[in-house]
Amino acid sequence: MIIINGNNLLNLVQKESGQDIQACYYCHKCVVGCPVSKYMDIPPNAILRMIQYGEKEKILKSATIWLCTACETCGTRCPNNIDIAKVMDVLKQMAVKEGVKGKEKTIQIMHKAFLAGIEKRGRMHELSLIRDLKLRSGGLFKDIKLGIKMFQLGKFSIFPEKVRNVKEIKKIFKKIRSIE
Amino acid sequence: MIYSYYPGCSLHGSAKEYNHSTKAVCEKLGVELRELPDWICCGASSGHSLNKILEIVLPAQNLKIAEKIGHDLVVPCAACYNRLKVAKNELREKEEIRKQIKDLINFDFQNNIEILNLIELIKNRIGLETIRSKVVKPLKGLKVACYYGCLLVRPPTIMDFDNPEHPMSLDEIMRVIGAEPINWSFKTECCGGSLSLSRDDIVKSLVGNIIRMAEEAGAHIIVTLCPLCMENLDIRQPNYNFPILYLTELLALAFNLKESENFITKHIVNPLPVLESLELL
Ligand code: SF4
Ligand code: SF4
Repeated sequence: MIIINGNNLLNLVQKESGQDIQACYYCHKCVVGCPVSKYMDIPPNAILRMIQYGEKEKILKSATIWLCTACETCGTRCPNNIDIAKVMDVLKQMAVKEGVKGKEKTIQIMHKAFLAGIEKRGRMHELSLIRDLKLRSGGLFKDIKLGIKMFQLGKFSIFPEKVRNVKEIKKIFKKIRSIE
Repeated sequence: MIYSYYPGCSLHGSAKEYNHSTKAVCEKLGVELRELPDWICCGASSGHSLNKILEIVLPAQNLKIAEKIGHDLVVPCAACYNRLKVAKNELREKEEIRKQIKDLINFDFQNNIEILNLIELIKNRIGLETIRSKVVKPLKGLKVACYYGCLLVRPPTIMDFDNPEHPMSLDEIMRVIGAEPINWSFKTECCGGSLSLSRDDIVKSLVGNIIRMAEEAGAHIIVTLCPLCMENLDIRQPNYNFPILYLTELLALAFNLKESENFITKHIVNPLPVLESLELL
């Protein structure tokens, strides 16, 4: 990896993601194959370019970083082997750490609710996740018909499972918070 | 054959039919699956999105339990399989990760077990000939679109199990049980994954494309190994009535297992009309 005049953002993202962002020659292969690029406000390759320009605020506030599903289509096809999903993860984590309120808040809230559930029980419980997400983001009655049908089919487990070593799990989360 | 078994949260929740059909099929094949005691959630897409330590430590906690037991680990859920393999790869490749995980959960990574998805278990361990010998009711006339999705095949350097653009292993299994895998170009397209709960509009559009392609290619049903794909395809399909089934549900039908009726009736889109019209029940 050669860093030519790297700004702080470029250096940091290259280091954290392990990706050679400057190798991108803007062929657009990633954009064409990306399942969600048409919903993004900034195409994935432009994010790589903006990192090189140091445009941190715009990037962290973008919808793009949250819409990326980490499907790895781009990374599989990129002629320069750039794994953009890894770059997006670094950017999402940066946005959370710096408390940036960007676009696509519900996606961020969903991820947070998901991890909070694991911290509490060790396992994800779908009904609790849906409830927590709806309480945090509104839209309590959306999809209610679908929910009833799924309920009738016995799709949901009513009671959450909790692992025996849940204290250990809580400790892991606590430790991670303390080292970050 | 004894294996450790990691069902993951979906198989204990909305994908119960995947759990039950996997167990029924494995029992028929003489494979004993022993559920990992005290397994925890792999973190799915939320782990790696929000925290790079959680991304590794959650799957690593399960690897720790599995390595201690020592049997290879069978993981039906494509998403869990992906997360466990990524974590294992990081532990194998990076000393600083090994050290961090050792500090956090006191796990000395030994690299002494393999992680297997169900296609690997069936093809490489059980063998297609054994599968063929158990088929009582070949799924004659059933045209199947094999949907691998993202997480089983990508990133290819880590998943390292089939071609990431044009995988064929599931197609081969379908042939052995008498079904006809169709040729289509959306085998590894993304269904939108976890956007299901936050941007269902996007998921509906992606799912609509996948179903349209399968239908245009002449498929009667789509077969999957991923509970997230199942959920998206089954509940978010706009204006279609296209049945989606798990690999293990089709195996159970071909083996004529009596439990089949307990699983295949658990989907939003009812597959019975198609199966009845082809006299497969
Ligand atoms: S495919 Fe790779 S090289 Fe081409 S534009 Fe995308 S990131 Fe850049
Ligand atoms: S990993 Fe993200 S950016 Fe890359 S193709 Fe998938 S959704 Fe698009």
